[in-house]
Amino acid sequence: MAGAPSPPSVPITPLLKDELDIVIPTIRNLDFLEMWRPFFQPYHLIIVQDGDPSKTINVPEGFDYELYNRNDINRILGPKAACISFKDSACRCFGYMVSKKKYIYTIDDDCFVAKDPSGKQINALEQHVKNLLSPSTPFFFNTLYDPFREGADFVRGYPFSLRQGAPTAVSHGLWLNIPDYDAPTQLVKPLERNTRYVDAVLTIPKGTLFPMCGMNLAFNRELIGPAMYFGLMGDGQPIGRYDDMWAGWCIKVICDHLGLGVKTGLPYIWHSKASNPFVNLKKEYNGIFWQEELIPFFQSATLTKESNTVQKCYIELSKQVKDKLGKVDPYFNKLADAMVTWIEAWDELNPSPNADAVVVNGTAKAK
Amino acid sequence: MFFEICDNEVDIVIAALKPDITTFLEGWRPIFSRFHLIIIKDPDLEADLEIPTGFDHQLYTKSDMEKIIGSSPINFSGHSCRYFGYLISTKKYIISIDDDCLPVKDVRGNLINAIEQHMTNLKTPATPFYFNTLYDPFQKGSDFVRGYPFSLRCGVECVISSGLWLNFADYDAPTQAVKPHERNSRYVDAVITVPLRAMMPVSGINFGFRREVVGPALLPALHLKTAGKQRWEALEDIWSGLCAKVVCDHLKFGVKTGLPYVWRNASGNAWESLKRDWEGVKLMEEIVPFFQSVKLPKTMIIAEDCVLQIATLVRERLGPVDQVFMLAADAMEEWVKLWKTFESERN
Repeated sequence: MAGAPSPPSVPITPLLKDELDIVIPTIRNLDFLEMWRPFFQPYHLIIVQDGDPSKTINVPEGFDYELYNRNDINRILGPKAACISFKDSACRCFGYMVSKKKYIYTIDDDCFVAKDPSGKQINALEQHVKNLLSPSTPFFFNTLYDPFREGADFVRGYPFSLRQGAPTAVSHGLWLNIPDYDAPTQLVKPLERNTRYVDAVLTIPKGTLFPMCGMNLAFNRELIGPAMYFGLMGDGQPIGRYDDMWAGWCIKVICDHLGLGVKTGLPYIWHSKASNPFVNLKKEYNGIFWQEELIPFFQSATLTKESNTVQKCYIELSKQVKDKLGKVDPYFNKLADAMVTWIEAWDELNPSPNADAVVVNGTAKAK
Repeated sequence: MFFEICDNEVDIVIAALKPDITTFLEGWRPIFSRFHLIIIKDPDLEADLEIPTGFDHQLYTKSDMEKIIGSSPINFSGHSCRYFGYLISTKKYIISIDDDCLPVKDVRGNLINAIEQHMTNLKTPATPFYFNTLYDPFQKGSDFVRGYPFSLRCGVECVISSGLWLNFADYDAPTQAVKPHERNSRYVDAVITVPLRAMMPVSGINFGFRREVVGPALLPALHLKTAGKQRWEALEDIWSGLCAKVVCDHLKFGVKTGLPYVWRNASGNAWESLKRDWEGVKLMEEIVPFFQSVKLPKTMIIAEDCVLQIATLVRERLGPVDQVFMLAADAMEEWVKLWKTFESERN
């Protein structure tokens, strides 16, 4: 037999350096960027400085960045700045709003470059780009995970009509070392470390919700940006550490409605710092009770077919939050108002003739 | 988390499609030898089966099957012969592995015990109501992540464990034909609960389940006119898996996918299969939307009733599309009848 054909060369992932911003919330310093330099230096950074605006945050030399502190946020948004959290990393979503790029990657300042099982450093950004640039498969579960990865495909039984998939709106990465546990779990298992490298990217099925973590997250800002509001957390609020959760529930309902996909799995980053579980417990306390109501709320949320843009979906969702969650706690009335403020601010900062025309595949399908 | 497996809780059901299963059984001997095996010889196979000594097993041939169930409209040929084993078994769990698969070896050359992994999957809860981003929270070194409601953390009983394959993945004929050299070399160290209402193709190649709970829904109903002995020439397991997933979702049981892997060797020419017909590929376009739309009444609380209801819907909605679906509905009803007969005889 003639020699087997040589394996196809691995396609080069485009850098997208002029199409992607890296958004980093910080309250301390950005020393962690040194380790990321080989991977992040080509990109523009948006740094959102939380806490005391008079403090100077040192950005390592050689990075192209813009930095916003609380004074900047207040100046730019005026009264609408009330929707941006203070003393909580939820403030990062301000960075999504001011970005002018198509894609966003956000990462926490205690996350470092991880190594894969062969010892090679993981270029997390490259993997996120691969995830975002290839379709998702939310309509039928592929048991070999992401069929668009090299060496994989759709399995027997996967309908051909579903094989083009859906555009990927979100790429949710994971963490080695300190896992993203809640406070009670941290207290019970203070020494547990995530050492399992799961070599998979998978699409979260349509109709399934998930706990989205903002530590290592990328998304297509044009497809889903307006829904990535991280809520009212931190100073003056009865809850913290649920910013990314809230955004994750909203974006998933909207992605399912608009026919967009959400991937989870690779890439891994190395999460180095375990936050204080007692401090976390105080922040999460209400959330632990409220999530019992919130998840059924989001699981049963339906949007009308008139909501055919992300902004319209988000406004419709905010009305449902007020109607149904206001009775759980008055906080949700405030949050519903803040959701509307956020969309108003987003549209003001991102005016475009196509602002209302981000319709995917024609019309949005009502659930 | 590893559980003590009681040997007498498990039957390993093997469909023998070729006369010599020595390589298969010798390859699995260190793992299979403590269990009872139910070996079903493909009724189409004329030659005698060669079974090495030292296995506690019961063999069923075509004439045994005929003696036990008489003449049945159910087609037990090819890969479908294993379903006879599901009927015959009296154990709590059944695990079935295709006879062209061998155990995977770890980096040190030790055999990975697929039976143990299936049992771990089946004996730990599934979590279908909300996705855990760290995969199976009951695996060692894992847990539920931040944001996972505490009321959902007890999970539900897992009744199906669907494993995967290294080397030859379970591709359909077109994919196999277009990518004849592709081998699955990616070992994904995860077990995942398939979420509620998410449908997936459950492959029968490497599979375990809780017999009494979901057995009635694991049935050889869909037979392609051009079905052959290659896995890519059949869809009866895909149909049965979709049926079982609908039933599991309705009855609030869980389905897991992922580990364990088996090392699959396949042979055969996918182009030859494709030349015959694309039947299966065309039918899946109807089958998947059908199962995604099935809703079962709350009054149905056992698998048998759910399957009968699904059969009625198959006849109504898919029957007009292709005769093969009418036959599938008949087979589903016949299967439930047989299942009930065997269960009542056991009791």
